Amino acid sequence: METLIEFFSLQDPNIRYVLAGTILLGISAGALGCFAILRRRALVGDAVAHAILPGVCLAFIFAGGKDPFMLILGAFFFGLLSMVTMDFISRNSRIAPDASIGMVLSVFFGFGVVLLTFIQTTGFVDQSGLDDFLFGQAAAMVGDDVLVFGGLSAMILVVTIIVFKELKLVSFDPSFAQSIGYPVKRMEFLLALLMVLVITAGIQAVGVVLMASMLIIPAAAARYWTDSLRIMLLIAAGVGALSGVTGSFISYTAPAMPTGPWMVVSAAFVFFLSFLLAPGRGEIARYFQKRNFSHKVACENILKTLYSMEEEDGRTDRVRPGKELRKRRHLTGRTMKQVLSSLLRRKLITYYGGTPDGYMLTPAGRKEAKRLVRVHRLWEQYLSQHLQIAEDHVHEDAESMEHLITSEIEAQLRTSLGSPELDPHKSRIPYDTDESKPSGSAAEEDSKKSLAGKAGYKPGEKGKGGAS
Amino acid sequence: MSKNPAVMSTPDRASNPPLEVHDLTVAYDQKPVLWDIDFELPDGSLTAIVGPNGAGKSTLIKAAMGLIPASSGYTLIYGKPLDKQRQLVAYVPQRESVDWNFPISVMDVVLMGRYPHLRLFQRPRREDREIAMSVLAEMGMDAYHKRQISQLSGGQQQRVFLARALAQDANIYLLDEPLAGVDAATEEVIFTKMKELRDGGKAVVVVHHDLQSVPGNFDRAMLLNLRMVASGPVAEIFTDENLQKTYGGRLNILSQMIEESRQQRFVREADS
Repeated sequence: METLIEFFSLQDPNIRYVLAGTILLGISAGALGCFAILRRRALVGDAVAHAILPGVCLAFIFAGGKDPFMLILGAFFFGLLSMVTMDFISRNSRIAPDASIGMVLSVFFGFGVVLLTFIQTTGFVDQSGLDDFLFGQAAAMVGDDVLVFGGLSAMILVVTIIVFKELKLVSFDPSFAQSIGYPVKRMEFLLALLMVLVITAGIQAVGVVLMASMLIIPAAAARYWTDSLRIMLLIAAGVGALSGVTGSFISYTAPAMPTGPWMVVSAAFVFFLSFLLAPGRGEIARYFQKRNFSHKVACENILKTLYSMEEEDGRTDRVRPGKELRKRRHLTGRTMKQVLSSLLRRKLITYYGGTPDGYMLTPAGRKEAKRLVRVHRLWEQYLSQHLQIAEDHVHEDAESMEHLITSEIEAQLRTSLGSPELDPHKSRIPYDTDESKPSGSAAEEDSKKSLAGKAGYKPGEKGKGGAS
Repeated sequence: MSKNPAVMSTPDRASNPPLEVHDLTVAYDQKPVLWDIDFELPDGSLTAIVGPNGAGKSTLIKAAMGLIPASSGYTLIYGKPLDKQRQLVAYVPQRESVDWNFPISVMDVVLMGRYPHLRLFQRPRREDREIAMSVLAEMGMDAYHKRQISQLSGGQQQRVFLARALAQDANIYLLDEPLAGVDAATEEVIFTKMKELRDGGKAVVVVHHDLQSVPGNFDRAMLLNLRMVASGPVAEIFTDENLQKTYGGRLNILSQMIEESRQQRFVREADS
């Protein structure tokens, strides 16, 4: 707790520097990462990040020790070289892009490890801090480093904001961009350049092994929350900054601990939360959407069952026992209870507590049931008439489509079929014009009203218990 | 595209056709897909490019727009080279060519049609938004301007693409399969719009897959099958003989040569 206060009070100027550096890096990597994942170049980023290790090692050798300018120069050169190599391989050979990415990643990184071992074993250069470039060490950043790496991040961010409109166009529809004379090739090169630069900016704080995840994870998390590229960039930048803060805090409290993994873990944590909680797209929201839909389907099936029972004996005045409904629909007791109480609540059915007790459709419920039966039969008719599907094959399909057919599609079906009277099984298609009767005569309708008024058929408003 | 004597001639809007393509040959991996195409289009025309699958219909407009490299040939817009006249041409790519899950709204897509009227790095102005809204309304899509593009049906997506082209306010419209897989209502909207553009003096070229609907809706056609079989007014060129040449068997000498060159490449590869 004390360290937490000490850290965030920002008394120590070095903490301020380190924090500023990692936040800037997180923001620029997050924002730029959005373009990387939308253009499906995330893996390229990973390859570039690994491929800059030889550049880092050569910078150590030439400078005789750690020198931020040499580091950036070396890293940038090798980053660019790896990108050009990948491009060259996939352009001039039959090797698929994923294979060329994998090759460049491992070959460059392998070469880097060779150089690293060479420096460590010969010891002719000051190798202190060299290990930090594998997994990052934000706390090792001192004045100059922060100025250089942070400045680089800030510059990338500014450029990204300036060319946002152009990057958006080129990422979404490059051939259209080309058709209006946009310099697509140059924009793509600029984007690649920015990516190499942001990876270079991250070698001290995050390290080459994990830098790509600072491009990918915040952007992937951000995609869950929005459908706007601008907001996606903002969220990704925020997630990046947050991971930067976490990473540098850990780096400060446990100096032996590499920063990169902690930044990645905290970004991944945000991703996990997004994956679960994001409205609409998150797993939890999707679970409820799915559950709501299957509840809707179950409700609609009960309405339909009640209606078809009315159709069978031609009577709308009969109370239908819950037991029989369950037998026909094969629902568990629990589901049945939920479905019936929801239908009662929406006043689509009523409960009568006499002997036998049971349920009846209300006029509103009958209207809805009729609609379902109607779209079911219209769909069957459509399948058999327009798609020449055999009569005995159309029912199953209609069973699922009836829950999805909107009123617009229903109208289109009716126009295209000319509001037919019968479905392929010669069942009558019920339209709203023929009042609330499924079939039979108007006399029965009257008798229903008088029957329902008689003793023994008491409307039970809170008849939830009647499900079993 | 490339330097050509014709480029040097004085461009005259009145006497030069809106679009001419000369000597266009395109090859993928050495394999020719278009042979020596020549055509020009008058103002106020509605032209269908028809031909069997793999005839090079989309390739023709892509190459004419310089989107894919051509082995030879050049495009002139009102007698001037294409690159100086791009703002006069609106191109509608195939719907499948973009990722419709891209986080972008209908409005944003249509605003892209205004980019040729903006400087590099300049943000769209209010006037551009107004134009975007009005072209969306013309396509019956104004109510959807805030929607994310993945939430649209195929037909609606196509209308958005067309709205973007209208926002460009061009003279020449090149549309790649705008009617593929769209609903009947969208088809009608698009046909109406295309005819409106033609009547407004624009040159409209459409890659079209449905031979049946050509005579009723288009006034010109290009029958394409690797080479231009015929090009001109529909009434003149839609003859049984031409259609047979376009859609008939592939055993003509040209396709044999193409097959030959494909095989040659195969051998060369095996050698290396």
